[in-house]
Amino acid sequence: MTKPEYEWTWKEIPVGNVILEPGNASQYRTGDWKSLKPILDQGKCIHCGLCYIYCPDMAYNLNEEGYFIADLFYCKGCGICAKECPTGAISMVVEEEEK
Amino acid sequence: MVKRIGMEVSIAAAEAVKQANVDVISAYPITPQTHIVEHLSELVANGEMDAEFFCVESEHSALSVCVGSEATGARSFTCTSAQGLALMSEITYIASGLRLPIVMIIANRTLSAPLSIWNDHSDAMSIRDCGWIQFFVENGQEVYDHVFISYRLAEDREVLLPVIINMDGFTLSHVIEPFELIEQEKIDQFLPPYQPLYRLHPDRPITMGAFALPAIFAETKKAQEVAIQSSMPKILEVLKAFGDMTGRYYRPIETYKTEDADTLLVTMGSFGETASVAVDKLRDEGRSVGLMKIRLWRPFPFEDLKKVALKAKNLVVIDRAISVGMGGPVASEVKAALYGYDVRPSVYNFVAGISGRDVAPSDFIKMVDKAEIEIEEGNREGYELYGVRE
Repeated sequence: MTKPEYEWTWKEIPVGNVILEPGNASQYRTGDWKSLKPILDQGKCIHCGLCYIYCPDMAYNLNEEGYFIADLFYCKGCGICAKECPTGAISMVVEEEEK
Repeated sequence: MVKRIGMEVSIAAAEAVKQANVDVISAYPITPQTHIVEHLSELVANGEMDAEFFCVESEHSALSVCVGSEATGARSFTCTSAQGLALMSEITYIASGLRLPIVMIIANRTLSAPLSIWNDHSDAMSIRDCGWIQFFVENGQEVYDHVFISYRLAEDREVLLPVIINMDGFTLSHVIEPFELIEQEKIDQFLPPYQPLYRLHPDRPITMGAFALPAIFAETKKAQEVAIQSSMPKILEVLKAFGDMTGRYYRPIETYKTEDADTLLVTMGSFGETASVAVDKLRDEGRSVGLMKIRLWRPFPFEDLKKVALKAKNLVVIDRAISVGMGGPVASEVKAALYGYDVRPSVYNFVAGISGRDVAPSDFIKMVDKAEIEIEEGNREGYELYGVRE
């Protein structure tokens, strides 16, 4: 089981910095890179899935109600989904404004 | 005693690579390394050596192929010179960072400009900090021997670092010397098949060469630094084991008539044999002169060097490369080794024999004379390019 990289000491690192656990990039929180986050207006959404297709981080997942929602653990806030959305249903909002 | 046979040093180097059961050779020909790879390609093409020979389009690719093959667990070899090494330099840091025990021979040659094919150590110095264990050898037999020493050392689980064998281009690579070849059974015993700690294999995927953020980079470099620093006992152990097998005992610092000597010549590479002739002549004249030869360049053998150097009054360090703007790189290391001592020898530095200019025993005698006079006059850390026409 891997742990956050700031917890590793030099003695614990595998020789050559080899990563022995495949696919552990999924545990890396790229979400804390963002300053803007996507907000979906469900009323405008036509379920076309373009946001899901264009998302470079594969952050979008289909929820039980049939909407594609960005997983903010991975979303870097690039805004490509908002740019590509054909109905303008996604807007990028400064994260702090939510509070 | 094994029978001695005459052989070109490059051919003997290639024969050693064959006897070391290397699995992958990837190299691009460049003077003066060419005969080594030519002979290896013949050995593979004739079925005398069971290895893959990769004809690549550049030295950058040559070492990149070795990184890939070594990562799968294949014993890999490359060799180059000068501009080829410069093109390869990016990958030298990657091989050591990934802790891949590749062995490379460098037939040392001058870096351009001006363009030159002849010998000096400017190529080796350009990658001085690349993290490989680095030897400088003195003669053909040592080139042959160090191939086995290097693989045994590199692949040790406590080391896992690539190794460079520096041999002077032409001065060694193109001369015919007497060799004592080692029986294959002995080599197989000394150098068992490579057992990688980690390797790329589709059945058990791992990642090598991943991106590292600042949060983990320093920890990785510390692990690498500790690995090369603490490889010293293992280096001594392997050199001892090799000596027990062949009777040829090598040490990180070699000495010749250094006991009771006031002035020591300090050399690296093939200078050593010529300088020893000069020492004999000076001793015949009653002069108190000895010779210290640096075999191991990285990790730098500070302790061994100090044991010898601190007994002398004067060190005459002969560099075969210039760190332009600073002087000779070997002298710089020697001075660093002595810095902590209030009573320490004076260090006079000559840069000599660059771009293959001959340095004869009489030149070493002139350098000793000049250094002793300069030091006597109070110039305790002089530096000059020897033999330059004014």
